[in-house]
Amino acid sequence: MPLSDFQPVIGLEVHAQLLTHSKIFCGCSTAFGAEPNHHTCPVCLGLPGVLPVLNQRVVEFAVRTGLALECTVKGTSVWSRKNYFYPDLPKGYQITQYDQPICEWGRLVIDTPAGEKVVRVRRIHMEEDAGKSVHDATASAGQSLVDLNRAGVPLLEIVSEPDLRDSDEAVEYLKSLRDVLMYLGVNDGNLEEGSFRCDANVSVMPKGSTVYGQRCELKNLNSFRFLKQAIEYEVARQVDVLESGGKVLQETRLWDVNKGVTRSMRSKEEAHDYRYFPEPDLPPLHVADALIEETRGALPELPRAKRQRFMSQYGLPAYDAKLLTAERPLADFFEACAPHAPDAKKLSNWFLGELSRLLKEEGTTVSSVRFTPTQLGELLGAVEQGTVSINAAKDVLGEMFRTGAAPANIIASKGLAQVSDVGAVEAVVDEVLAKSASEVEKYRAGKKNLYGFFVGQVMKAMKGKGNPTLVNELLKKKLGD
Amino acid sequence: MSQPLTDLTMLELAAALAAGKVSSVEATRASLARIAQVDPKVRAFLRVDEEGALRAAEASDARRRASGPASPLEGVPLGLKDIFLTEGLETTCGSRILQGFVPPYDATVVRLLREAGLPLLGKLNMDEFAMGSSNESSAYFPTHNPWDLSRTPGGSSGGSAAAVAAREVFGALGTDTGGSIRQPAAHTNTVGLKPTYGRVSRFGVIAFASSLDQVGPMTRTVADAAALLQVIARHDPRDSTSAPLETPDYLADLEGGVHGLKLGVPREYFTDGMDPEVEASVRAALKEYERLGATLVDVSLPHTSHALATYYLLAPAEASSNLARYDGVRYGLRARDVRGLQELYGQTRGQGFGAEVKRRIMLGTYALSAGYYDAYYLRAQKVRTLIREDFTRAFQQVDAILSPTSPVPAFRLGEKVDDPLSMYLTDILTLPCNLAGLPGLSVPCGFTKAGLPVGLQVLGRPFDEAGVLRIGRAFEREHDFFRRTPPCP
Amino acid sequence: MALTLEQVRHVATLARLSLTPEEEQRYATQLSAVLDAVAQLQSLDVSQVEPTSHATLASSLLREDVMRPSLPPEKALANAPASVGTCFSVPKILE
Ligand SMILES: [Mg+2]
Ligand SMILES: [Zn+2]
Repeated sequence: MPLSDFQPVIGLEVHAQLLTHSKIFCGCSTAFGAEPNHHTCPVCLGLPGVLPVLNQRVVEFAVRTGLALECTVKGTSVWSRKNYFYPDLPKGYQITQYDQPICEWGRLVIDTPAGEKVVRVRRIHMEEDAGKSVHDATASAGQSLVDLNRAGVPLLEIVSEPDLRDSDEAVEYLKSLRDVLMYLGVNDGNLEEGSFRCDANVSVMPKGSTVYGQRCELKNLNSFRFLKQAIEYEVARQVDVLESGGKVLQETRLWDVNKGVTRSMRSKEEAHDYRYFPEPDLPPLHVADALIEETRGALPELPRAKRQRFMSQYGLPAYDAKLLTAERPLADFFEACAPHAPDAKKLSNWFLGELSRLLKEEGTTVSSVRFTPTQLGELLGAVEQGTVSINAAKDVLGEMFRTGAAPANIIASKGLAQVSDVGAVEAVVDEVLAKSASEVEKYRAGKKNLYGFFVGQVMKAMKGKGNPTLVNELLKKKLGD
Repeated sequence: MSQPLTDLTMLELAAALAAGKVSSVEATRASLARIAQVDPKVRAFLRVDEEGALRAAEASDARRRASGPASPLEGVPLGLKDIFLTEGLETTCGSRILQGFVPPYDATVVRLLREAGLPLLGKLNMDEFAMGSSNESSAYFPTHNPWDLSRTPGGSSGGSAAAVAAREVFGALGTDTGGSIRQPAAHTNTVGLKPTYGRVSRFGVIAFASSLDQVGPMTRTVADAAALLQVIARHDPRDSTSAPLETPDYLADLEGGVHGLKLGVPREYFTDGMDPEVEASVRAALKEYERLGATLVDVSLPHTSHALATYYLLAPAEASSNLARYDGVRYGLRARDVRGLQELYGQTRGQGFGAEVKRRIMLGTYALSAGYYDAYYLRAQKVRTLIREDFTRAFQQVDAILSPTSPVPAFRLGEKVDDPLSMYLTDILTLPCNLAGLPGLSVPCGFTKAGLPVGLQVLGRPFDEAGVLRIGRAFEREHDFFRRTPPCP
Repeated sequence: MALTLEQVRHVATLARLSLTPEEEQRYATQLSAVLDAVAQLQSLDVSQVEPTSHATLASSLLREDVMRPSLPPEKALANAPASVGTCFSVPKILE
């Protein structure tokens, strides 16, 4: 059977670092990028005698996420220990939730070429992150270094059902989930720094079958592109194995960025037996109904709902709405500007065009924009009224972006205002036509493509500030069209 | 003074300090001198902190002069089982694997003792990681029973019990996971209280079995135990299992007596293997309670015979996980000349842990491992529920439960070392209390003909330490066995 | 129930305990004896019984999300058997 006769089956496990100030079980900072072991204390170092005390914001964030993903939030959930030895795991066990997680059975709707698709979320649980091993120049051969700054940083693990059917769906799910978490303010969505991580469970089965094949777990997928590539590679590999009469082994496979292949992590395969049992140092977690309801009431509008509202309320095309609502600050800023702008679609064009370009160029986000919604409205109004040309307006926006100065002031000080005075424009038009008697003659004789020449001459004479509408109007009148 | 200073109880010393008859420095020096005199034979101390103790005693005397005592026990020197983390002072938990480990922080109870102004004399010997009933599993040396140096003081808080009995310290803190405070107290003619689970913070106490461990006072009298509990019983926001309760005044009703109380005598606690002299002492004590106005009630704790099996699955399971952190990476022993990470782990732990600890790690790992969890660990947790319910039912009938603390008096060093099961059996009357999370007290109640102490155990309702202490005190007031001095050196 | 030497070795591997052949023998015998002794629990009907994993009154007392000072790194590393800079050092981790 060729590749096309096989159906990939994919589920994703996402680990999202929560945006708390302190770690999940101690008061150490969660800030990224500190010197090694500068954010550690007896608790997160796993010294003898220490005990965990749960950070309440972690619970609030878990509840918020669970509700946003339409999960059942459990009134009682239980902490467990996952036992294994690793140098970045100080206690020799990870405190996590196992058979009784805080949230179960939710869903996330994604867009596919065939329309909307519901991806089921099996569970969401809280757990502590491990530290990390450093392999840099300071480590000699045969040595690994351990930094425990990240040990104890709170994570949500969000596990989907194997409802995804190809790499594009997987990417779409992961992007949508990331957007939701960022909207909720619980995660910064940073794949490169590892604060938003994804493992993929991939299997294949013959099309039409309902029995899933043996799955492999893919790791090291720290970009959307790698997720897509790794799934595609892995699906092809598994089909090859089956086609050649082999069996897919259940194993963990690492995405090799350089080679573009997945490869087996054999050392991880040695009989894992995590010996989960209830964490005796933490009583069961009770979440009050009141907290659940309060959190539900305070949930922000989520990306999908916002996108639909942008289409209906502002009459925007789906494409614009999706881009504008991908990140909450951009969407919020759009909505702040909308009442001041003459036209929502034109505002959207500015957002997705010039503003996005500026943000990208400056490597910054909309939160650091210096101008106000009113000012942007004024600029768009000036364009609409012909006070400033579109090209000049782009310069004005750049200046507003950098300095926060009022558009009227920038237009004035840079002399960017258009000349819309009929008399002044008419004088120039007359002068140009007088100087170009032979071209006028040819034009009138039928060489209509000379029209652009007259516009150019007028604009040149006016140093580009002539109101184009007025220039056209007068030229056409004078040329007898 | 006709009576040596070290013979004073904690409250007697506190009174003498308050009256200005003696200073904390003098009391501390007296303890240090006594340690120097007897400890070469008793071997209760792993580490004496002479400098730290004297510094604290000086500070205590100065504070008393300047602003008054920080607490009623201001200036009374204590010893600590080596399971409590002490900032800047080596803490080994009786294990080779923690040799040289100097904690960067104090356990909550250690902080509370320091804040209350009690000088700390040093760290007391114990069974390695509190696993044992004789102090023989200490990686360093066994402690001897001051009442008979050829015998063990019991365990795992054997060093604490021996030091209190031998008057090396005025009192001590121990921990009790299956009887580790009460059994050595019974074997040394001292008082040991295991409070209700959650009453005293476990923060900074090296974990053996987290759902069973509890810190408690080890003293010569019940009143001292009450006074010491008063200092350490405190809700601790750093321990999520610490009960969010106000601490009652444990001395207020201590002399209230037992008149009108119903005291349960569980038939399952008077078993065949019990030493006849132990049984005779305890039966005599029961009669005494009747004489004092209590009613004895025959009660049944039907699942008692399953407690030992339950305990020896649950405690090792938790321990196997608690002891995973001793891996040679961040502190403690690291095996030399190893090739690779796995060998580092295996050799460090293989060399660093003693036989009993390894045995329990193996057992606990097995009980939690794939395919065995349900049959062993989960089933034991369910039987634990049955054992708790036994007590709940009994406490609907009675105010407290009385029994021997240990079915046998102190045994000889070496007698049970090679027979773990028979060693485990010595905890049979103490460990149900831990499984149920209840408070339990051991009070001296007599001696065998050979002069070995016998302990009476009082078990109470959850958080009724005051009741348990009052019952213990009622007997102590009639029979001051605590005045007897051990024959040791 | 008798533990085989193979089972003892498997458990020792899980627990990261290097045992000598004598220890393996001894633990096989002793653990088998303990398992025999605890087998009595199998006789109880616990099908309707909830497990007890905590003996505490306390329930989910949480801490506020407030940063507290960490240890100075020299203190965090003070007991380390081997370190490089402010990192703990271990034999190379093979992934
Ligand atoms: Mg996880
Ligand atoms: Zn920390």
